[in-house]
Amino acid sequence: MLDLSQYQSVGAALKDALTTYAQETCLIEADRDREKERLTYRDFQNRAHPLARALQDVGFAAADRASIVMTNQSKWLISAYAVFFTGGVLVPLDYKLTPAEHWQLLKHSGAKVLITEYPIWRQLSGAPERAAAENVKLILVTEAPPKADLDGAKRWEDFRGAAEPVFAPRTRKDVACIVYSSGTGGRPKGCMMTHENYLEQCVALTSLYPFWPGVRYLSILPTNHAIDFMVGFFGPFTCGACVVHLRTLRPEFVRDAFPKYKITYVSLVPLVLKNLQKGLQARFDELPPGKRKIFDFLVAVNKAFTKNKPRLRLSRKLLGQVHAAFGGELRAIIVGGAFTEPQTLQFFYDLGIPVANGYGLTEAGTAITVNDLHPFRADTVGKPLPGMEVKIVNPAADGVGEVWVRSKTIMAGYLNDPEQTADVFSDGWLKTGDLGRFDSTGHLLLSGRKKNMIVTEEGKNIYPEDIETVFESLAVKEFCVFAANYVWPKRSMVGEQLILALHLENGQSYTDALRNDIIARNNRLLNYKRVHGVVLLDEDFPRTASLKIKRNILAERLAQLDRSSAILPL
Amino acid sequence: MRNLDQTTQEVIDLATRHFKVPSGTLAASDDFFKKLGIDSLQALELLSRLENHFGIELPDYEVQGVSDFRTLAERIQSRL
Repeated sequence: MLDLSQYQSVGAALKDALTTYAQETCLIEADRDREKERLTYRDFQNRAHPLARALQDVGFAAADRASIVMTNQSKWLISAYAVFFTGGVLVPLDYKLTPAEHWQLLKHSGAKVLITEYPIWRQLSGAPERAAAENVKLILVTEAPPKADLDGAKRWEDFRGAAEPVFAPRTRKDVACIVYSSGTGGRPKGCMMTHENYLEQCVALTSLYPFWPGVRYLSILPTNHAIDFMVGFFGPFTCGACVVHLRTLRPEFVRDAFPKYKITYVSLVPLVLKNLQKGLQARFDELPPGKRKIFDFLVAVNKAFTKNKPRLRLSRKLLGQVHAAFGGELRAIIVGGAFTEPQTLQFFYDLGIPVANGYGLTEAGTAITVNDLHPFRADTVGKPLPGMEVKIVNPAADGVGEVWVRSKTIMAGYLNDPEQTADVFSDGWLKTGDLGRFDSTGHLLLSGRKKNMIVTEEGKNIYPEDIETVFESLAVKEFCVFAANYVWPKRSMVGEQLILALHLENGQSYTDALRNDIIARNNRLLNYKRVHGVVLLDEDFPRTASLKIKRNILAERLAQLDRSSAILPL
Repeated sequence: MRNLDQTTQEVIDLATRHFKVPSGTLAASDDFFKKLGIDSLQALELLSRLENHFGIELPDYEVQGVSDFRTLAERIQSRL
């Protein structure tokens, strides 16, 4: 691995990685069962440098911003490297957002350049919100059919400079990426992540889960996500490892990729991990009684021998068939983005497949705590990573309080929003809004949220303010969206739901027509953003002098109602 | 060649069988996530079944953001 303490920027470290590991394979891209390409670090450099030069030729310079809206593929990483090489700031956006949301964030980020792929561009190009994002001057589109109308965009494949690009140095304190943690419908939260944030986080994470040439990481989580950006790009590249991209995420092709590419690590969200568990459990349940008995015995033996630490070789021998299905080289499944239920984590560990569960938020870099597997603890989110200071503030009698974090991996602040930045920082500490406690061995146990938001099993952060626009002009006196667990605090990190609080006009009743209107509006939201039920309140909402709803006071009033009877399901 | 209405009906019929819901309960404009109570992974399973049925390849990114049977049928129709 490169000695990252010697580097000032993500770009500088990546630049050296490309020459240090020139002969190693860095990328494999497959579409279904067809391998599309395989690149060495030298090939990667040969693809990225002409792009970097072409960007410089059109005036893209240090500190300029370029956004990527792409599914996981080699051109994502090539484009990102070209941006870093020129000293640019990367704005990685979730390709699953709607065109309106994409343009809103593109405008907010101030991106000059947008790099995207043709199917996404087809949806983006005609969206009316495009007109407002005047800052986006250059659009590069990958994989466009030969005769496609690109509507003002240029072909990524043809955008190549002839001369060598000039590397633009940056300092550790400069912003490397603007990563949106929320705000697609309301007030955008663009986390300004510095080069130091990434360099320090990479050192901390690879001290527990190392990469080296020959390691193969299967990239499934979107690369704009902090976890995949770190363990599916920056981490493996600075260690000479290889990233495998699949252009389809159908379970059958993902399954086949493990043995085909001898995958070493993969990152998953809890939903996918649970699905994997269900599939495996169903296969175990189909075993004839005799074989099942032997299998259960082998699992019990594995459990006994791996109680204090993983023993991969032993587990692979004991449970050879299970490990063969995962390619026989899998060292750990990294799970993140949302809380994972302990029984799912334990299920995999008992099979000899360690699950690197942890806890993090975009504002704090990739991870704050990670399970170090010595011993494996399914009931916790692990211990703080090296360099992380974590404290519990205002603990209750049971030790549970708000989790605060301080480290070199914490963001510089929210883009163009000193007010929200001031809200989340206190004397250099990041106030996470999550509730938890430490046990006697230094493991962090999370138990709920103090903040008004939910995280889905797919790892999506949903802030109520972001979805309220869809209910604008609803025929009621006033409304407000809340996370149910924020109103009625619950010691739980799973099954979180949103509710819509309604105050009807005088004499108005909650009719089927109103309910149907709410359902129709709700259906305009992506499925994971929808509200679960309605709560009726028969009094004016408390408001500030500027007529903003005082959400915390309104939540206190709602909390007087009985949760189970107050929520009317949609 | 099938028209869009036929394709839509075939999509609905296949979803009805795949998710074992009573026939006649699904309509073209239904949001299949909500109506069937399925997650994104189960939706991908349905896509694979539809590909086999229609003999086409439907890339994941082509159906990004699609949540009702009619629009799904339109994407399939464009590849028939």
